[in-house]
Amino acid sequence: MSSASDSPLHLAVALDGAGWHPAAWREPEARPGELFRARYWAGLVAEAEQGLLDFVTIEDALGVQSADFADVDDRVDQVRGRLDAVLTAARVAPVTERIGIVPTAVTTHTEPFHLSKAIATLDYAATGRAGVRVQISLKPYEYALFGRRTAQRLRLADINSEQVQARIAEHFDEAADYVEVLRRLWDSWEDDAEIRDAATGRFIDRAKVHHIDFEGEWFDVRGPSITPRPPQGQPVVAALGHATVPYRLIARAADVGFVTPHDRDEARAIVEEIRAEQENACRTEETLHVFGDLVVFLDDTAQAAAERRARLDDLAGEPFTSDAHIFTGTASELADQLADWRHAGLTGYRLRPAAIPHDLEQITRRLVPELQARGLFRTAYESTTLRGHLGLSRPANRYAARPALAAV
Amino acid sequence: MSNPGKPVKQIHLAAHFPGVNNTTVWSDPAAGSHIEFASFKHFAQTAERAKFDFVFLAEGLRLREQGGKIYDLDVVGRPDTFTVLAALAAVTERIGLTGTINSTFNEPYEVARQFASLDHLSDGRAAWNVVTSWDAFTGENFRRGGYLAEGDRYERASTFLRTAWELFDSWDGYEIPADKESGVFLSDPKAGSFEHRDRHFDIAGRFNVPRSPQGRPVIFQAGDSDAGREFAASAADAIFGRHSTLEPGQAFYSDVKRRLAKYGRAREDLLILPAATFVLGDTDAEAQELAHEVRRAQVSGQGAIKFLEQLWNRDLSAYDPDGPLPEVDPDVSGDAISKGRAADRLYRDRLAVANEWREEAAAKKLSIRELMIEKTARQSFIGSPETIATQIDELVQADAADGFILVPHITPGGLDVFADQVVPILQERGRFRTDYQGTTLRDHLGLSAPRSGRSCVASGATAAAGAVS
Repeated sequence: MSSASDSPLHLAVALDGAGWHPAAWREPEARPGELFRARYWAGLVAEAEQGLLDFVTIEDALGVQSADFADVDDRVDQVRGRLDAVLTAARVAPVTERIGIVPTAVTTHTEPFHLSKAIATLDYAATGRAGVRVQISLKPYEYALFGRRTAQRLRLADINSEQVQARIAEHFDEAADYVEVLRRLWDSWEDDAEIRDAATGRFIDRAKVHHIDFEGEWFDVRGPSITPRPPQGQPVVAALGHATVPYRLIARAADVGFVTPHDRDEARAIVEEIRAEQENACRTEETLHVFGDLVVFLDDTAQAAAERRARLDDLAGEPFTSDAHIFTGTASELADQLADWRHAGLTGYRLRPAAIPHDLEQITRRLVPELQARGLFRTAYESTTLRGHLGLSRPANRYAARPALAAV
Repeated sequence: MSNPGKPVKQIHLAAHFPGVNNTTVWSDPAAGSHIEFASFKHFAQTAERAKFDFVFLAEGLRLREQGGKIYDLDVVGRPDTFTVLAALAAVTERIGLTGTINSTFNEPYEVARQFASLDHLSDGRAAWNVVTSWDAFTGENFRRGGYLAEGDRYERASTFLRTAWELFDSWDGYEIPADKESGVFLSDPKAGSFEHRDRHFDIAGRFNVPRSPQGRPVIFQAGDSDAGREFAASAADAIFGRHSTLEPGQAFYSDVKRRLAKYGRAREDLLILPAATFVLGDTDAEAQELAHEVRRAQVSGQGAIKFLEQLWNRDLSAYDPDGPLPEVDPDVSGDAISKGRAADRLYRDRLAVANEWREEAAAKKLSIRELMIEKTARQSFIGSPETIATQIDELVQADAADGFILVPHITPGGLDVFADQVVPILQERGRFRTDYQGTTLRDHLGLSAPRSGRSCVASGATAAAGAVS
């Protein structure tokens, strides 16, 4: 397990539309007319790669964005509409070389078999740089888009009610099963299953292609995958959590957890909780990263950052709020905070740029050099795969008769 | 053979990435990966260099099995269709990106979302080959399973496409002024609203992908049955056909085109594009010789026995592939031993087909392997570049097809020789474009853009409910 205090930080950015502030699309540099164009996304990921970041995440959801937690609003002053994140990731994979690409995918209504081969294929297209961030869909209006489940109406005020908490727990249990199926399918072909043996006429050695025979409460999946084991063996799995139930999913199933502490002590408490769950899940030998999520407004002076945030709030007509801590200040001040919070056990950060491209470029062009100067961030990519960036070895195949050789 | 008064047709050409069947010769020294993205990139860039209309990717959702074991003699495994097409959009600029997506193990909302996204990400080059299958074997990989009665399947598939169209049409294409000054991102607060309620799909809400460059992806259909033809006539833009020879091609062509009028559609609104294989040589004689070798590679002795088993439905491993057909009759009592192949469903009357094959083998004095070569590996076009160019042109001008979807037998380089040697001849003869005239796949296919918005919700598909195969 990485020790947070002396190893360099890992850094990701979370890409979503024009940025995480709802008025970000109105910034002078924003390109809201390009949000549905491939070149927009390719440009953002190229910028992140220039900054040597470990990976980008691409947000997604089945339903249209809404300021109202439980219902679709009819606001017209914010970005509405988005492209499928997995396909956006695939579109940018061939035009980047080193950065990890981690699209969001919903586990609640979709098929694990489809997602498994999609992420395996993304890993081929990105030659070993793919991951997936799994997310549940709790909202009744998203249930209605698929029509396979029904749900009672939901109010944010009732989020802590027993009924809603039970539903959340069920969705996360399903997500854990879902990730188990993804992982088994990725391993369902051994690395050397394709033999192309002209002498015997056999294309594969079928003893090395395995049914996964998953049986669970929400789905049964027989396998094997249609797609051979991806370059990384196991693409990286990430999840965001704000409470014990999702922390358990992170501890049981993920390689990277995103958490939202608001100060160092809270960060420490969350990390401790996740590490305890990791032990319960018998995964102490495995590397599990815990990244702090922060929304960032970055400028050359703290005052400029605060003014920009205020200006955006004015445009939005209300103060910006977030599940994550909101940082407003200079890249140097942010570097101070990142360096400080890692003593709470965080191994990296996922930064959510408040406005794109401004805050993304502040991260890649200001924050990264600042961290590099402190010896806290890489000065060149040292690996070609996302697992490599994160210090994760290529795992043995669970179905192989004996441990597979690590190198490929 | 064409009518002198008839206008000369331009040929449409496309390329099918070699599949997981015996057409693909993996044992050839030139054969590369079927999985690595570099192979797909090579293939698509060759097709684009040749100014083809589109590349075509099939889909697989369960590895084939025979006799309870994964079938290991052909290429096994493939990547995810959508993901490869989206990645190909990054390394090509004009060529269309067509993928088979099964409507069975998905919901309309997610498929519509993926195709609309692909169309955006490729600047208007997406196409969907709509297929449906309901075998419980494939269903074992999905939470949806395979659970509908045959009659219901067709209706669900047709309804699936109609519902996807409602989603594509839920945006008009003019809802995003994104005006920074006024702060109006969206001109219509309900953009993307839809509601579809029938016995298959009970869904409502707002579709979250704005209208894509082509409005909807181009729709392909691959079925050959009467119901499939009717469905294509009502709703498809192109047919991925099977009949690449003159008379069967003409019969299919005229039959399908005749059905269009009923749906208020013109003959040019639906293209007939049969799949076709080819073997090129410097001379016709050399090509014939090469074709013979390719067929032998496509049907090995053990492969021939496996093919025969698919019809006989019993273990024939004790038979000599170079000997005569078995005297024992096919097993018509049991469940099919072969799983996951389209052909499994073709042998409705195993005994009758077996008798036909016995008669043919006896009459032509063919061994098991020789007969299987006849049955499974005849190439569509064999000859010099001149000969093949002429064959293709004649078939198109004679209304046996509007063009062809070429299936090379070598991955990924099997198309290169066609691009280098046949395409220039067709271009010189003025039968094939020398450059793209438009940017979208609809442009390449000469299809008009669908009318924008809610006013035209899929009337064609409604009329053909119950007709997909």
